[in-house]
Amino acid sequence: MGLFDIFRKKKTEENSEQSKDTVEARANQDNSAEFEIPDNIQETEEKHDQNVAEESAPDDVSEETATQELPKSVAPEIVEQQIYTKGLEKSRTGFAARFNKFLANFRSVDEDFFEELEETLVGADVGFDMAIKISDDLREEVKLENAHRPEDVRDVIIKKMVDMYEADGVNEDATMHFNVNGTTVILLVGVNGVGKTTTIGKLSTKYQQQGKSVLLAAADTFRAGATKQLQEWGVRAGVPVVSGKEKADPASVVFEAVTKARDEHYDILFVDTAGRLQNNVNLMQELEKMKRIIKREIPGAPHEVLLVLDATTGQNALQQAKLFKNSSDVTGIVLTKMDGTAKGGIVFAIRNDMHLPVKWVGFGEKASDLREFKPEEFIYGMFKDLMA
Amino acid sequence: MAFENLTERLSKAMKNLTGRGRVSEEDLRATMREIRLALLEADVNYDTVKKFVANVREKASGADILEGLNPAQQVVKIVNDELTKTMGEEAVPLNKSPKIPTIIMMAGLQGAGKTTTVAKLAYKLKKEENARPILIAADVYRPAAIDQLEILGRDLEIPVFQLGTSVNPRDIVRQGLAKAAENKNDYVFIDTAGRLQIDDVLMQELKDVADIAHPDEILLTVDAMTGQNAAETAKGFSAALDLTGVVLTKLDGDTRGGAALSIRDVTGKPIKFVGQGEKPTDLDVFYPDRMASRILGMGDVLTLIEKAQRDFDEEAQAKQLEKMRQNTFDFNDFVAQLKQVQSMGPMEDLLKMIPGMANNPALANVNIDAKQFSHLEAIVSSMTPAEREDPDLINPSRRRRLAAGAGRPIVEVNRMIKQFDQMRKMMNQATNGNFGGIDKMMGGSGMNMSSMMGGGGMPSGNFGQKVQNFAIKQAARRLQKAKKKRGKK
Repeated sequence: MGLFDIFRKKKTEENSEQSKDTVEARANQDNSAEFEIPDNIQETEEKHDQNVAEESAPDDVSEETATQELPKSVAPEIVEQQIYTKGLEKSRTGFAARFNKFLANFRSVDEDFFEELEETLVGADVGFDMAIKISDDLREEVKLENAHRPEDVRDVIIKKMVDMYEADGVNEDATMHFNVNGTTVILLVGVNGVGKTTTIGKLSTKYQQQGKSVLLAAADTFRAGATKQLQEWGVRAGVPVVSGKEKADPASVVFEAVTKARDEHYDILFVDTAGRLQNNVNLMQELEKMKRIIKREIPGAPHEVLLVLDATTGQNALQQAKLFKNSSDVTGIVLTKMDGTAKGGIVFAIRNDMHLPVKWVGFGEKASDLREFKPEEFIYGMFKDLMA
Repeated sequence: MAFENLTERLSKAMKNLTGRGRVSEEDLRATMREIRLALLEADVNYDTVKKFVANVREKASGADILEGLNPAQQVVKIVNDELTKTMGEEAVPLNKSPKIPTIIMMAGLQGAGKTTTVAKLAYKLKKEENARPILIAADVYRPAAIDQLEILGRDLEIPVFQLGTSVNPRDIVRQGLAKAAENKNDYVFIDTAGRLQIDDVLMQELKDVADIAHPDEILLTVDAMTGQNAAETAKGFSAALDLTGVVLTKLDGDTRGGAALSIRDVTGKPIKFVGQGEKPTDLDVFYPDRMASRILGMGDVLTLIEKAQRDFDEEAQAKQLEKMRQNTFDFNDFVAQLKQVQSMGPMEDLLKMIPGMANNPALANVNIDAKQFSHLEAIVSSMTPAEREDPDLINPSRRRRLAAGAGRPIVEVNRMIKQFDQMRKMMNQATNGNFGGIDKMMGGSGMNMSSMMGGGGMPSGNFGQKVQNFAIKQAARRLQKAKKKRGKK
């Protein structure tokens, strides 16, 4: 069963849980559709309404069957789903509105159509190469499947994206790796202002609550106040912080922290590094040095190198992923600030290009707003309103 | 440096047109498609791209306007004009209040660089206008945000007003303004917390702060790496606040800089400053025309000259010239000069501001090691004061000592001293009015540059010379072309 089918299944599952929400969401969607469709395409609109009317009947049936079928164990999964659904609300409405608008304007499959499609996809930050690839693939597909009605084209496009997303994600390991005997070292890297320190604060709270002993290393000695910021998180989470003097060599802080974590048998050591632009060669070398020291003191470490990416970043995110991967063997990605209007389409591009698994997603300012990344929930959250 | 990829793609797009007598409809369409893709790939807002392409197409198809330009050049010119127009034609200066203080308020998403920009801008005003700014720390949400501003203020010797994190930002601003009035500060900066434009509670707070402070300038800080979402952010903030301008940060990354192109179009607000580095001095006024020519790979000589003028200490420069004239140029001056060049920023970036250099393949993978400069400095630091003032004193035994002292191989010491001698000789010639040798000097100093930097990571020993020769040749070619054109007319 492909992801595409999972959507359909999930839709019914969800209806049983939050039928009210869905009705509301749908109502909203209808409003937005009405709002955006120009007068001259009334026909499509009518069709749209019809569709909705038709659907409501089968929905009712599925609601009953679903409630009967659903065992209690599904509950936590649904909670997770709700968080994603809510967190991606803005992303989704932006994407869906744009996509629906695009389909509403759709008259025939011609060159303009593909140009519009490219713009729509690029507009969602799915990545330039991927947008072109999808539109190229679609040219073939549309011919083959003889898709002419908007719904058909929509289905083909979504199926295409889901398939690509799925295929690219094969063999990706999105779980966190831990050192079974001894200290696990987790290094966080990224450009300036993406939320490295905040992410560490959230992660350490999380692991602390799980009963792990956590140590933080404030290796951002460059930015004014960075150490204080981490210390503040340390106080909030109740975990100790190793810090050095201002403008000290970050590697010295790392060394101190690693030996302390090893000798005092901490379960997890988080290393916070200064933000650096990926094209700054000297700073990237500084990062390599820190990594060397960690490895020297604890063989096999760092067990995770997490690249923190701001979800509002555009195509440059790919460049960041590439260069950070080269210099510090990134093992996974933390996508922050997804609660904004960011389309998060960059997740597609990163999967497609870099084959780096996204491990965490940040949906807000609270420690609990940092969630493990669930690829299926994510794509479902993105396309939810598009699936009729 | 930013824009490189966009530059590359745009010049590729327009290359198709070069060498053609006239541009057919078909050629133009292909080129326009390439330009469109280049812009989209650079994260320029898709609506802006649409407008941009439509405008260029319209102007290009109705163009046999300019004589003396071939069709390709004409398209380049149209694109250049349109880029400049999209980014706002002219540099817009900071709004100033007729009576002190001028109040400047920052707004933006988390991590865009508001606090850093506040410090940089205050420092710039302090340095250039002898201003007495005060910074109000109104970010009570992010842990240690106030500390960050305090530390920056301490380092730059700018007072910071703060009331801790338990006070409402509105009250902090109120009291901060009172304090500024009391101290007669001429600039007041309000650093606010980062927030999402969809966060109603925090946006209301921002509105209230603006109502309290009546700022002369509300600057939206935008990360240059932002993707299509830049439009959304800008719209959200400009709907809530009466923005007066934009600061674009992190432009020293390798971003394609689409935000620079879209923001003006989306908000209608001018970009006033760009942040391009981590140092407090790395904030520049935004010039749309210069940026456009940089994007098109045509260099940015004006900025280069300005940078040189700003960063070079005039007094020290005059002193050095005097010393050159008297032929007493010594190692102390040499180090001073090195430091001045260094303070202008990374060599690669400077080189790319020279016309024709941005796209030069020879420069594509150049990384001039900043350490080369410090090695030279180390050698000079290993000299005794007497040696520094009288370079002729340095005999082989002393050279060995210098090498050991600096921790560099002796060949490096020898090379440096030799170059220093050459340089001195040439300076002497030039300053004594013997300009016949100027060609030699160009080559010579080129060699100087190259081997000064060329010890390690450079592709070839006289790379600097190659670069210079290339630049000179290009300039000469351009001159000749211009002459021919004039001749025809």
